[in-house]
Amino acid sequence: MIGPDSLPLDAMVPVGLVLVEALVLYVAYGALTSALGPRVTGAIQNR
Amino acid sequence: MIGELLGSGMLLPAVFVGFGLLIGILFGFFGMGGSFLVTPALLVMGYPSRVAVGSGLAFVFGTAVIATLKHRDMGQVDYKLGVSMIVGTTIGLEVGKELVVYFEELGVAGLIIGVTYVGLLGGIGVFVTREALKGDGGGGVSHDAADADADEADIPDIAKKIQSYNLPPMLNLRGGVQVSLWLILAVAFATGLLSGFLGVGGGFIRMPALFYLLGVPVPIAVGTDLFEIVFSGGIGSLLYAQLGAIDLSIVVPLLAGSALGARIGSASTNLVDEDDIKVYFGVMLIGGAIAVAIQEIGKAYAIDIAQPISLVMIMGAAVLVAGAVVVSSLRSLQDGTTAGPAAAD
Repeated sequence: MIGPDSLPLDAMVPVGLVLVEALVLYVAYGALTSALGPRVTGAIQNR
Repeated sequence: MIGELLGSGMLLPAVFVGFGLLIGILFGFFGMGGSFLVTPALLVMGYPSRVAVGSGLAFVFGTAVIATLKHRDMGQVDYKLGVSMIVGTTIGLEVGKELVVYFEELGVAGLIIGVTYVGLLGGIGVFVTREALKGDGGGGVSHDAADADADEADIPDIAKKIQSYNLPPMLNLRGGVQVSLWLILAVAFATGLLSGFLGVGGGFIRMPALFYLLGVPVPIAVGTDLFEIVFSGGIGSLLYAQLGAIDLSIVVPLLAGSALGARIGSASTNLVDEDDIKVYFGVMLIGGAIAVAIQEIGKAYAIDIAQPISLVMIMGAAVLVAGAVVVSSLRSLQDGTTAGPAAAD
């Protein structure tokens, strides 16, 4: 079962990296969507 | 295996980014599913069972973190319910992982996981397709449902019956729902077991269970389900990471693609009626079940061509449905039409 001794750093590193990637993607894609979303929508509607 | 054929250069990561993009579109649009195509795809590509399940769980964990952040902003997470479920989920995960390890030692893990997937994907696929053809909008729940309050008429009869059982301690949940803690733990254990055994978030079981069995309002069920997947995916990932079974060369590109795809899929809910495309989603699930079945039959009878056929079927089904979502959205944009309430982003 989960316990202090059963969670070595080796196991936490890959999970931590996935968490960091998720947070970075949330912020980055959020900013990207805000910046480019209306322009892309407008470009498609004007085609 | 197919992964080796694609090589260690940029082709394999590019394939994973593309696959993640497709899965993200499906998840963002339908509010369920997509992620449970990852583990079968990895199995079909020839990855060991524990790597397929462990990497699938790590991918689900990352996806759930992003989705939960969005639903938290909309006030759709019941933290009391989510935290209450963690114990049951954790025990279920541990049992599921031990089952995988046990079956691996017997040399039948891939077969049993494959058969379970065939049953689950096929069963849910048939249900979704049937409901879609009937046209009553069943077989899935929108992530963007707006009303978080429970209406007595909206609570399924079975949930009313379950809520009538007074088995202390009783918990008061958001939406005026009162349910025994033991029932919550039972639902959490069952979905945790599925997560640990199949490498999925368990949302396609847990979210309907929260609604149909516990009577939790749909928006709260969706948000709390995602919150729970953060824990089930995170804890499950840790358990599999201890076995060295998380392959970041799979998870990182998959997550990068799916996070972008989820934005596209979520925005598409504004433009396309989900019911118009749901039948494709059901067919995709059935296609996934057939693909895994072909893979297992191919392994049993040493039919080499079965593996690439299975992979093409899974990828093809995802391309077909995600493509239908995108094309329908583009057409709606050009026509200047919309479909329903505003999407999450």
